[in-house]
Amino acid sequence: MGTPECITHEHEVLIIGAGGAGLRAAIEAASTGVNVGVVCKSLLGKAHTVMAEGGMAASMGNVDDRDNWRVHFSDTMRGGQYLNNWRMAQLHAQQAADRVRELESWGALFDRTRDGKILQRNFGGHKYPRLAHVGDRTGLEMIRTLQDHGIHQGIKFYMEYTVLELLTDGGRIAGAVGYDREKGRFHVWKAPAIVMATGGIGRAFKITSNSWEYTGDGHALAYRAGAELKDMEFVQFHPTGMVWPPSVRGILVTEGVRGEGGVLRNSEGRRFMFDDIPDLYKDQTATDPEEGWRYVTGDKNAMRPPELLTRDHVARCIVREIREGRGSPHGGVYLDIAWIKEKMGKAEAHIRKKLPSMYHQFKQLAGVDITKDAMEVGPTTHYAMGGVNVDGETQMSTVPGLFACGEVAAGLHGANRLGGNSLSDLVVFGKLAGEHAVKWAQAHPTPTLDQGQIQGVCRAALEPLERDTGESPYEIQSSLQEMMQAKVGIVRTESEMEQAVVSIAALKTKAANTSVPGNIEYNPGWHTAVDLPNLMVVSEAVARCGMDRKESRGAHFREDHPSKEPSHANHNTIVSRGGDGEMKVERRTIPKMPDDLAGIIKEMG
Amino acid sequence: MSENRQVTFSVWRGNHQSGGFENYHTEISEGMVVLDAVHQIQAESAPDLACRWNCKAGKCGSCSAEVNGKPKLMCMTRIDTIDTSKPVTIEPMRSFPSVRDLVTDVSWNYRVKESIKPFKPRKPDAEDGTWRMDQADVERVQEFRKCIECFLCQDVCHVLREHHKHGEFAGPRHFVYQAALDMHPLDEEERLAQVKDENGIGYCNITKCCTKVCPEHITITDNAIIPLKERVNDEFYDPLTKLFKIFRAKRKADRHD
Repeated sequence: MGTPECITHEHEVLIIGAGGAGLRAAIEAASTGVNVGVVCKSLLGKAHTVMAEGGMAASMGNVDDRDNWRVHFSDTMRGGQYLNNWRMAQLHAQQAADRVRELESWGALFDRTRDGKILQRNFGGHKYPRLAHVGDRTGLEMIRTLQDHGIHQGIKFYMEYTVLELLTDGGRIAGAVGYDREKGRFHVWKAPAIVMATGGIGRAFKITSNSWEYTGDGHALAYRAGAELKDMEFVQFHPTGMVWPPSVRGILVTEGVRGEGGVLRNSEGRRFMFDDIPDLYKDQTATDPEEGWRYVTGDKNAMRPPELLTRDHVARCIVREIREGRGSPHGGVYLDIAWIKEKMGKAEAHIRKKLPSMYHQFKQLAGVDITKDAMEVGPTTHYAMGGVNVDGETQMSTVPGLFACGEVAAGLHGANRLGGNSLSDLVVFGKLAGEHAVKWAQAHPTPTLDQGQIQGVCRAALEPLERDTGESPYEIQSSLQEMMQAKVGIVRTESEMEQAVVSIAALKTKAANTSVPGNIEYNPGWHTAVDLPNLMVVSEAVARCGMDRKESRGAHFREDHPSKEPSHANHNTIVSRGGDGEMKVERRTIPKMPDDLAGIIKEMG
Repeated sequence: MSENRQVTFSVWRGNHQSGGFENYHTEISEGMVVLDAVHQIQAESAPDLACRWNCKAGKCGSCSAEVNGKPKLMCMTRIDTIDTSKPVTIEPMRSFPSVRDLVTDVSWNYRVKESIKPFKPRKPDAEDGTWRMDQADVERVQEFRKCIECFLCQDVCHVLREHHKHGEFAGPRHFVYQAALDMHPLDEEERLAQVKDENGIGYCNITKCCTKVCPEHITITDNAIIPLKERVNDEFYDPLTKLFKIFRAKRKADRHD
């Protein structure tokens, strides 16, 4: 085999990923005048941020002036079951409001209050109405705003390029190697600082709200470059995804439906969420449906309805109803927003205005009119709380020069993320990662690239095209997804996760022996084949971390250890690549919270 | 419930040099959309069939194509809503150069957008250093900001599709973008000359084809293009305005004397 040719590019800061976090990081870095490149797997503006619906959490206090960063901090920590990186939770709560206002100054148009301020809506786990939003398409507003602002900042965008491997120089980051989809040419980016903003891992599961891009690339690239991953056992299953028809199974149904008064019922018509309210939230939950309705319509003295408990809990209650035979015909439960017509005039127009995408989604894909009938919903893989272990202050990973922000980074959300905290996470930590990446790049001049490593990566990537016979990448991917869904899904056991690890080992061997027809130009079979090793890394990390945490906490639920265990209350789970190439799992004690933050937790109860 | 059945899809395969339709048979079950069929064909018989997609929920605008000759998002087109008695044709958008199979080169759209003067807000004027905006003013623009940049409106616009005026005409997508900036309650940039000269709004003869294909149901022609045309007319072609401008220029010149 000859030597594959590479086109070389040079940047002071390279961003991988162009969703909310990547774009915000790029804008921040470019604002200092350094040379910034952004590599993205899709066209600009198509990244997963576009799908975020409900809103962006920030304690602006526009709707309820009792809100402030301390309440937001405390809500985030409680939602994360105190496994969060408290420094990140603090920075996030303190800076989110400024990031929302900044988006407005770049052209975002949020819904308004009567006095013309940014309107905020209720969401699960947030004590006060806190989510700045645009109907149910907040993510689109955010990514378009960042895109339309970003294209005028002198940033170089590499659209439809995929990174295959990170390059290091004596342990620090030196660049990246990848290919462009259109022509299949190889590219090398030389950069002293790289910001990973690649999103999540949802494609490791069968039922997911995530797009094809979510193959855990950033997690796996960082891991192979020597970075630690943290808390990978915590995968959020969003309680409400579509369940019917089969081809749309998993598509997200926004929590905004419940924020606007939607209720969950089982086949007996019972609002089952009232049956099981966790102790941690007893004081914050409505005692009856009437109080719940008052809450969603703005009564400050009312407590939230149990449908707005945290996502992990709501998802488990839904699974319980389905398992115990009280589910809907297609294996979900009912989510009903149409019922609000009993409470208000012009309810149908109100629903269409507040939830336009949901209205169209159900009408077009399922033939259901949500202003008249209940939706059928069930849990769907949605979000990875775990990810690259970063320093709370700088967002730098354990590999010098490698930063991470957004979903690919771990820390802010602990064991469970609150809805709305993701969009604010993207811009708060996108900004910080961009800022610190510039500082690093300026203090650490150009690294040296290892040509041997580059050639090795390119040659390995071409192998699937050169094999005449071998495994189908589509089949391996779908076997992995089915297996992960069944063995490492929403309800887990030791033995099933053990079986998963064994299956992953077998699938890894197959993934190393794929064969795809066609050539290097825009060949989705090839793209699927080279993404497979990344899916294997994240799947193994989820299963191994899940086995190590022998308790149920947040999004991690174990049937064989159904309670929270004090012995697991104070550590994160860290994954790294051992010298032998095997995955190592260790527990790391969470640093003690400073007194001022501990005081806030105590005060908020 | 309907039985699963075999449907034939006639998919355009090729690149910028050559191409043609190839038939694929696959089994269709209840509720499937065209994108599902394409994925099934990839997995079963054509692993290298190129197509773009991301969200599969009508939110990202990646999977635009022409299904039985109609511009559609493949992810939102249920197979039970189209004629399957004959092979279902799936082709790339024809207003853009082919890359491969169903993938087209839409980079021209990104270049046009970059050429449009960016958002420029007035100074914050509320006490807290931000702005106040009325929901009604915001809503008018929010309609335009629903755009998912699927470029189906560009695909169907005859000025681009038949007359290839890509160099002189920005297309419906960018008039929606211009209208959103023009009507933004905070924006104070002047872009009308750009709308008229660089973006060539005069080429649009309001056939409303763009409005018909918009998957976001944006009333492109009536709410974006016609108001922009009126503004351009008022600014550049209205005789009274013209007189007033001459008069104003003269007075200015007099003052400088």
